[in-house]
Amino acid sequence: MKYVSEFRDKTFIAPLVDELRRTIDRPLRVMEVCGTHTMAIFRHGLRAILPEGLNLISGPGCPVCVTSAAHIDGFIEVAGRQGVRAAIFGDLFRVPGTHGSLARAQSAGAHVEVVYSPTDALALARNHPEEIVVFLSVGFETTIPLVAATILEAQRQEVDNFAVFSAHKIMPPALAALLGDPELRLDGLLCPGHVSTIIGAAAYEPLAAGHGLSCVVAGFEPVDILQALIMVARQAREGRFEVENAYGRAVTWEGNPRARKLMDQVFEPVDCQWRGLGIIPGSGMAIRPEFARFDAEKRFGIRLADTPEPKGCMCGEILKGRKTPADCPLFAGRCTPLDPVGPCMVSSEGTCAAHYRFGQTG
Amino acid sequence: MCLAVPMRVIAVKGIENDYSIPQIGIVEAQGIEKQVRLDLVDRWPEIGDYLIIHAGFAIHTLDAAEAETNLRLLREMAAGVSAESGGEKGSL
Ligand code: SF4
Repeated sequence: MKYVSEFRDKTFIAPLVDELRRTIDRPLRVMEVCGTHTMAIFRHGLRAILPEGLNLISGPGCPVCVTSAAHIDGFIEVAGRQGVRAAIFGDLFRVPGTHGSLARAQSAGAHVEVVYSPTDALALARNHPEEIVVFLSVGFETTIPLVAATILEAQRQEVDNFAVFSAHKIMPPALAALLGDPELRLDGLLCPGHVSTIIGAAAYEPLAAGHGLSCVVAGFEPVDILQALIMVARQAREGRFEVENAYGRAVTWEGNPRARKLMDQVFEPVDCQWRGLGIIPGSGMAIRPEFARFDAEKRFGIRLADTPEPKGCMCGEILKGRKTPADCPLFAGRCTPLDPVGPCMVSSEGTCAAHYRFGQTG
Repeated sequence: MCLAVPMRVIAVKGIENDYSIPQIGIVEAQGIEKQVRLDLVDRWPEIGDYLIIHAGFAIHTLDAAEAETNLRLLREMAAGVSAESGGEKGSL
């Protein structure tokens, strides 16, 4: 089974950890940007075997976690409208807005349905011509092209009762904003695997050059993550700050131009609010005016309010890499996956959820 | 949100660049079969190729040569060979 089993070969792990230990010659702070990496690192117990001096910090790469309370409130407002059936990715269901979540809205009578793909939402629209099906969409560059393809298909098939509420975000402007924080003092970034499949490893060049930072694209198997960490450590030892790709089988230098073309055909950059990070210029992707009839915000005249984050929740500081879940007084007490206060505890890729599930207090 | 495991193509329906008919692949991993859309994939796959899938769409067809390079580097690292690292942009 080429491409899979070779990269799960556990006999690589110990020698790779040894190599990492040999390579590190000073303490390193490395941010894993992507929530899927955070989960993989916990699931495989990597934190426990990493050499001392290597400090892994979780970043803002979980699309559910960075969705602002204002967007959740907007989602709830649309889902509650007469004749609307909302379709969502499951992780969004219990994320708190200012007053409750989509789960709460559903128990109050809203139609909310979990789908696996945006095309399932379009199928719902075809099957329920008497309703307007709204896909409440969060996601990064990996997801946005799929939603673009779905909107183009809705246009081709003239499905008029389908709309998308876009809370989409793109990664490079957020990383650039984050790296402006002098407190963060990062040596390296583990760049997200499948966002990079679309945007290409080349997209990190301005970050590496501008911030004196090693940017290494990493896959999701333990050996992939170790390989990427070794690359960061080698760069640190040799005083290089470059983009390297430790996930060549899935990520190319130029990414997937076909997917990017579809994304840019349907969406355009706008300023966007991130949970905890505030408004980041050009970091959101809104539906272009040509496709306004599929834009739920326009169709329903939604205006996003300026809403505060839930009280006491430190998600913002955690997403910025400044704090860990154990620093939050609500962690594992008032805030648990069953009764979450903030989105980082809701999403299966959230940092608080990962720490809770794998019993880490640090 | 990401499915990290690539899936193997067992059938391809549709024609590259022809959007008038559905572009669909049947993929398999660990005995589970799935239908995926091929509209966005960077290289049109053949039977036996592996695909990275995200929310019902294939986003990348894995490349055998790249996977080989990837694996070779891993083996060298595991063997403690500090190959001339870095600089090989776009290749590793
Ligand atoms: S533990 Fe809960 S309240 Fe605290 S930061 Fe995490 S999600 Fe927010």
